[in-house]
Amino acid sequence: MSDRRTPDKASDGPGSPVRPYVMTEGREATNTVQLDMISVVISARGEVDELSLEPEQLAILDLCQRPLSVAEVAARLDIPVAVVKVLMGDLIARGYMLARAPYTIQHPVVGRDVLQAVLDGIQRL
Amino acid sequence: MASNDSDRGPTLLPAALKVLIAGGFGAGKTTMVGSISEITPLSTEEVMTEASLGVDDLSGVENKTTTTVALDFGRITISPELVLYLFGTPGQERFWFMWNELAAGALGAVVLADTRRLETCFPSVDFFERRGIPFVVAVNCFDGAAVYQPEEVRDALSLDPQIPVLLCDARVRESCKEVLITLIQHLQSRAASTV
Repeated sequence: MSDRRTPDKASDGPGSPVRPYVMTEGREATNTVQLDMISVVISARGEVDELSLEPEQLAILDLCQRPLSVAEVAARLDIPVAVVKVLMGDLIARGYMLARAPYTIQHPVVGRDVLQAVLDGIQRL
Repeated sequence: MASNDSDRGPTLLPAALKVLIAGGFGAGKTTMVGSISEITPLSTEEVMTEASLGVDDLSGVENKTTTTVALDFGRITISPELVLYLFGTPGQERFWFMWNELAAGALGAVVLADTRRLETCFPSVDFFERRGIPFVVAVNCFDGAAVYQPEEVRDALSLDPQIPVLLCDARVRESCKEVLITLIQHLQSRAASTV
């Protein structure tokens, strides 16, 4: 029951849509941190137990020495967003990575400050 | 004792915002993202599996088709605390199930209208209207395309009078800036009218 997407399916060959999910050992993002496509992440400092991580997770930690969004990491490593979320969820749970949720405009007053900042920022471009 | 991560706390991470760039296939979405993004637009390839319908299945083998959907996006750093992402939405209607995640939390949207095929932006307008996501309509003026006045486009799309409609050239950075500024000002006026 552990794995609907069994590792055997890796033999489907290059380009198979199943392959990326082998990295996540068949898991989908369910019980981990809720990451959005534009959650911003950064690698934490400190020792990493490299042997316990997937190569893709090491690549993620390597890439995220500065803040990047989940979508940027997915694009740069050419891994689907859904898979990156699972790999990162693990890293965050283990303290190897920090994440910040996207800004949502809910509080009208805070929202106005942010809107003005965005407007000023675009006008400066 | 402070941990090694104390200078990398989440509060030092910028928060991200997103704006969607929608419109029919070929309306200039990716062009607009590229014109204003500070990075070369990135693309994520999302693998979609969908059950295929209407296929004779005599073998009992699952009939699934897989499709790759490319999402193009760019980034504008507003300040050390704020980053704005611009996502071009997939143009093909059958990928709309992706739109809910894309649309969730979006600040607003730009609907790019192609006057050669105005009807191709109807579904985008409808999508944002039904979800209450604020948007502006930018009429992309392609070379040689029949040029309509914004009010003609407004009538053709049956848009509410308060929704901004403007002409643009998605290839020109200043023009794209003006579109985004119009969107943010539209959001500001909506915010002002709700309190």
